Amino acid sequence: MRVVVVGAGVIGAASALALARAGAEVVLVDRAGIAAETSSRCEGNVLVSDKGADPAVRPEAELAIASNAMWRSLALELDAERGDGPATELEAKGGVVVAFPQGAAPLTAFAEGQRSIGIRAEVVDGAALRALEPHLSPEVELGVHYPDDAQVQPSLATQSLASAAMRRGARLVLAEVTAARMRGGRIVGVETTSGAIDADAVVLCAGPWSGEAAARLGARLDIRPRRGMILVTTAMRQRVFHKVYDADYVGAVGSADAQLQTSTVVESTPAGTVLIGSSRERVGFDDRPALAPIEAIAAKAVRLFPFLAETQLLRTYAGFRPYAPDHLPVIGEDPAVPGLFHASGHEGAGIGLAPATAELIAHHVLGSATALDPAPFLPGRASLAEVAA
Amino acid sequence: MSPTFEFDGAEIAARDGQTIAGALIASGRASWRTAAGAERGVFCGIGICQDCTVTVNGAAGVRACLRTACDGDVVEPESR
Amino acid sequence: MSRRHVVVLGAGPAGLAAAVAALEAGARVTVLDEGERLGGQYWRHHEAITDRRLQHGWERFERSRDRIAAGIAEGRAVLLQRAAVWRVDVEPLRLHALVGKPDAPGRRRVVVRGDALVLATGAHDRALPIPGWTLPGVTTAGAAQALAKRDGVTVGTRTLVAGAGPFLLPVAQSLAIAGARVVEVLEASRLPRHAAGWTARPWELAAAAGKGLELAEYARSLLGQRTPYRTGSGVVRILGERRVEAAVVARLDRAWRPIPGTEREVACDSVALGHGFTPRLDAAIQAGCALTEAPPGSPRFVVADPDQRTSVDGVWAAGEITGIGGADAALAEGDLAGRSAAGTPHAALAAARRRRDRTDAFARRLEAHAIQDGWSSWLEDDTLVCRCESVEAAAIVRASGSASRALRLATRAGLGACQGRTCGSSVEALCGERLGLDARPLLAPMRIGELLGGSEATA
Ligand SMILES: Cc1cc2nc3c(=O)[nH]c(=O)nc-3n(C[C@H](O)[C@H](O)[C@H](O)COP(=O)(O)OP(=O)(O)OC[C@H]3O[C@@H](n4cnc5c(N)ncnc54)[C@H](O)[C@@H]3O)c2cc1C
Ligand SMILES: Cc1cc2nc3c(=O)[nH]c(=O)nc-3n(C[C@H](O)[C@H](O)[C@H](O)COP(=O)(O)OP(=O)(O)OC[C@H]3O[C@@H](n4cnc5c(N)ncnc54)[C@H](O)[C@@H]3O)c2cc1C
Ligand code: FES
Repeated sequence: MRVVVVGAGVIGAASALALARAGAEVVLVDRAGIAAETSSRCEGNVLVSDKGADPAVRPEAELAIASNAMWRSLALELDAERGDGPATELEAKGGVVVAFPQGAAPLTAFAEGQRSIGIRAEVVDGAALRALEPHLSPEVELGVHYPDDAQVQPSLATQSLASAAMRRGARLVLAEVTAARMRGGRIVGVETTSGAIDADAVVLCAGPWSGEAAARLGARLDIRPRRGMILVTTAMRQRVFHKVYDADYVGAVGSADAQLQTSTVVESTPAGTVLIGSSRERVGFDDRPALAPIEAIAAKAVRLFPFLAETQLLRTYAGFRPYAPDHLPVIGEDPAVPGLFHASGHEGAGIGLAPATAELIAHHVLGSATALDPAPFLPGRASLAEVAA
Repeated sequence: MSPTFEFDGAEIAARDGQTIAGALIASGRASWRTAAGAERGVFCGIGICQDCTVTVNGAAGVRACLRTACDGDVVEPESR
Repeated sequence: MSRRHVVVLGAGPAGLAAAVAALEAGARVTVLDEGERLGGQYWRHHEAITDRRLQHGWERFERSRDRIAAGIAEGRAVLLQRAAVWRVDVEPLRLHALVGKPDAPGRRRVVVRGDALVLATGAHDRALPIPGWTLPGVTTAGAAQALAKRDGVTVGTRTLVAGAGPFLLPVAQSLAIAGARVVEVLEASRLPRHAAGWTARPWELAAAAGKGLELAEYARSLLGQRTPYRTGSGVVRILGERRVEAAVVARLDRAWRPIPGTEREVACDSVALGHGFTPRLDAAIQAGCALTEAPPGSPRFVVADPDQRTSVDGVWAAGEITGIGGADAALAEGDLAGRSAAGTPHAALAAARRRRDRTDAFARRLEAHAIQDGWSSWLEDDTLVCRCESVEAAAIVRASGSASRALRLATRAGLGACQGRTCGSSVEALCGERLGLDARPLLAPMRIGELLGGSEATA
């Protein structure tokens, strides 16, 4: 069976590997190269801490818990295969979500819900909190420690996933997918800028461009870009030890508000720089460095870690989170175009959710076994149809 | 007046208006930072390369080739 | 009379000329420069320290400085020195600057608005990576020049000056005046007598190129020091434990490949490298100005129309960012840009255009010194190409040509403190593709706290 995977971001690379492992002949097509877009313009957080237990978002929480575990074994395998250096830079450093006094009650309630679905979330305060993060602002009184939060170096991890797929026979084609090849109402391949590729199935992993790419393939999919900006500091002695973020993050993820929102996530990277994220704005694909989001991110970061005020900024960058109107990933066969499968809409969690998404894709395309529940993510789900109507 | 500043514990006398880099060179030093274990000093001399950075009065990442030495400055070497 | 407010970024020859011309045309003018003193690279100076023999065209500098001072007294000019411009917005026009001691925390944040912008951000040296080039004692040629002029010091006492282009000559002279012995000057290009470039003796210049006298002076001082000037030669390795102890010099072929068997060791304690200049384009790129095309590793420049207008409405460009042409070209371009930006119509600028066009001859001569591809053959696998992140040549070559942004990012080349300003062109040359390292969201280093608390607006 031949499968064309469109898009070599983290979702396409992970899907290509899962499909190749399950025995498919995989052609990975990307117009810009491996990890050329969102998957190299993000942070590599593999989080469970930001996932809530509310019924509307619980499916994603469960996917995240499973995916977090998968990343750990995947990282070991990829490291072993690569041999000459880390393949993902997975660091299971844990996360600390902190609240300023007014936010303490909602945070502890949120954590309690998380514990009910199996997320480890320990409330810490006073000395215990300072022991975890000694440079936190004295204003912060309470935090929740999530030992299972981890991070990977996202572009490197994407590259390693793609390399592993290629070692299993997947082929990379640098070209833009322009149209579908259809026969008897079924997709049987794609047209690209460097020729046609026949296939038994097509998996669309075009990140924030998935809506546009779906249209080219004769399908309707509502995926939109939500810009995020990140600040990068110069390298320094390590003073941030976990991913530390402000509890207001939780509110921003599910919100559909177009206006600028920011929530602070501060973390060190192995290179010694500190990444400070991030903002959420609906401004189309505008990647000019905007001022308002970096000012807002800076202000919140300094409130969390006062020492950052004197820290030098090296650069900023922007990426576009691909999101669906109901804020859940879209994974499964297109209801109108048989043979076309979607894997997109991961918004701010595509890195973390990649292994589980890939397992679901192998399940949908090849019938491979999975313990995950595919239903909440199907493209034909009611919550998507309602919004589209 | 000739400003005097402290570098890594030593007193350095600068000429008025001289940069920290100029004064360190005048004091016989060619390097004052380490990068991946190797020594570095001035390279571009005009604020482009960041090779010459020092910590001045507690603030890291100050380009010694741009910053005029001031009386009483406490300058420390950096390593990256 | 113009009622426009012309904002000039950069106070080197181009920016000063633009500011003066705009004032003459009646405009209001604001000049911003990160430097401690006016003058840019060419007129870098220190009132008490700089040896007057190192100053050229000084009367022109003094006239420009005085004209701007008069403009300030009239209330038509504003000068912001020690003002690092970290961001340029063009719609509407706004320059964001941090004013205060360089890199000090808590500088004053200022936003300058205006009707027209003249970009005159100049250039910095391009130094090619060479085994051993990170040793203390190795500087760029421009650093040697800047240290001599502004600080009255030299990094060593026996200096080898190497690279390409006529700029090596003033550097050698400055080193000599500041007290170092210049052991040799090595010019990588072969400059045949009859070629379009220089004659074998660089001081034999047509006076039309404007630089004749100045270069002749440098040449005399080299002769006085008995310093050999060798063409078709370069430094291919720098030796030393903790600092420069010697350099290996070789003859280079036309493509700048070292010719085997010609290596010799030269004792020295310092090396000044200058293989040409890299225009400081980041402000122009941020403003959205169109750039010329060039192969990876070769400099691009801001595209300017006959009146120095860029492709962006309300933005002009002058000096080294529109093409490396030296101070005379920068002055003539600045003058034209300043007048045009102040609203002087095209028809009234014919004389200024002619003055600008006369400086083209010198710029064309510089083409004979362009970097040739063979330089990469003097690299060793472990030569550091990216100085900030200590990335070796072999790692960059390995990642090159891959379809993977990830691999290139993983080398970290160009991602360090200087943001690819030093190694960017070399990394692109080795990769054989443009990596976009020069599109920088922040034009100058700043501290996170400096983003807080809003800014002070000037009209
Ligand atoms: C600022 C920011 C921070 C983030 N932080 C995190 C985080 O900490 N943790 C986390 O898990 N997630 C994070 N994310 C989200 C994460 O980056 C994305 O969910 C993820 O990268 C999406 O991967 P993807 O493969 O779907 O898309 P992409 O990486 O964008 O890949 C899509 C690919 O499709 C290609 N393509 C598109 N159209 C075509 C076509 N017609 N033909 C051929 N190729 C095509 C593109 O070239 C591209 O390479 C963040 C995102 C942003 C913006
Ligand atoms: C180190 C060095 C020394 C040189 N010495 C000589 C010499 O002795 N003789 C000679 O003939 N040529 C010399 N040159 C060549 C020089 O490029 C030209 O002679 C001439 O100075 C170019 O004029 P310009 O106005 O285009 O640019 P410059 O003189 O380079 O002026 C540009 C100005 O813009 C300012 N600037 C740039 N970006 C910003 C920003 N973001 N914020 C605030 N300010 C900014 C800089 O501080 C600078 O003052 C030297 C070049 C260098 C790099
Ligand atoms: S020597 Fe390059 S920044 Fe100071």
